[in-house]
Amino acid sequence: MNNRPLKRYSYRIIANDFMVAGKGSSSIKSNLKSLGIDATIIRRIAIISYEAEMNIVIHSFGGKIHCDIYENKIVLISEDTGPGIKDVDLAMTEGYSTATESVRELGFGAGMGLPNMKKYSDNFEITTGSEGTRITVTVYL
Amino acid sequence: MNCLKFAELLQLKPLYETDKNIEVEGVYIGDLLSVVMSKAKENYVWITIQTHINIVAVAELLELACIIVVEGMNVEKETVEKAKELNIPIFSTQESAYNIACKLSSMGVK
Repeated sequence: MNNRPLKRYSYRIIANDFMVAGKGSSSIKSNLKSLGIDATIIRRIAIISYEAEMNIVIHSFGGKIHCDIYENKIVLISEDTGPGIKDVDLAMTEGYSTATESVRELGFGAGMGLPNMKKYSDNFEITTGSEGTRITVTVYL
Repeated sequence: MNCLKFAELLQLKPLYETDKNIEVEGVYIGDLLSVVMSKAKENYVWITIQTHINIVAVAELLELACIIVVEGMNVEKETVEKAKELNIPIFSTQESAYNIACKLSSMGVK
């Protein structure tokens, strides 16, 4: 199996838990640092994983983030159980958000989450349905 | 110019400060976390009116120099605790984002 990752880091993300939100991304970042990954790549992954993490916290019933390290790429997989995204094209539009007013007051819900994830990735795939959403993002090393 | 020096010059109220000697490389002003995530860079000062705990997570991920909470916003205890835990300097001031930015600029932080 040559397509298996060299390493996988996985984090459980809890819905609505703003107190620890960001911790998964922070752990991913320190793991990548200890592997000696380039700082620009780490910054891109940190932005992507933070947005993925916050999306799970804000919009889903909970989920997981996996960070898979390959020889030539890093693949970040975000999977959640939740209501799914009704209109993916709209959700991919900068500034469009379905976040509630109370969440927006905290500075979330800028409508930049998915666009940011796409912007900082080399490849972005999303599948969504009534049972949840799965996003696979690739950043080449 | 490092954080401690300008914090003293600007008379910012330290909520948590470290003795880290971080040379500030820029300033970003913003309250929408995703936009800050995308635009602010390592060793930047972040000026905001957001006060809740997640601002510390953003600062830590981006390796910002410090957070300055402006307009006298009351910063939650949890936020300060988190800043201590992650060693992120955080200050508050009654002044506006504009005033603080102008003063930083006049001190040579561009």
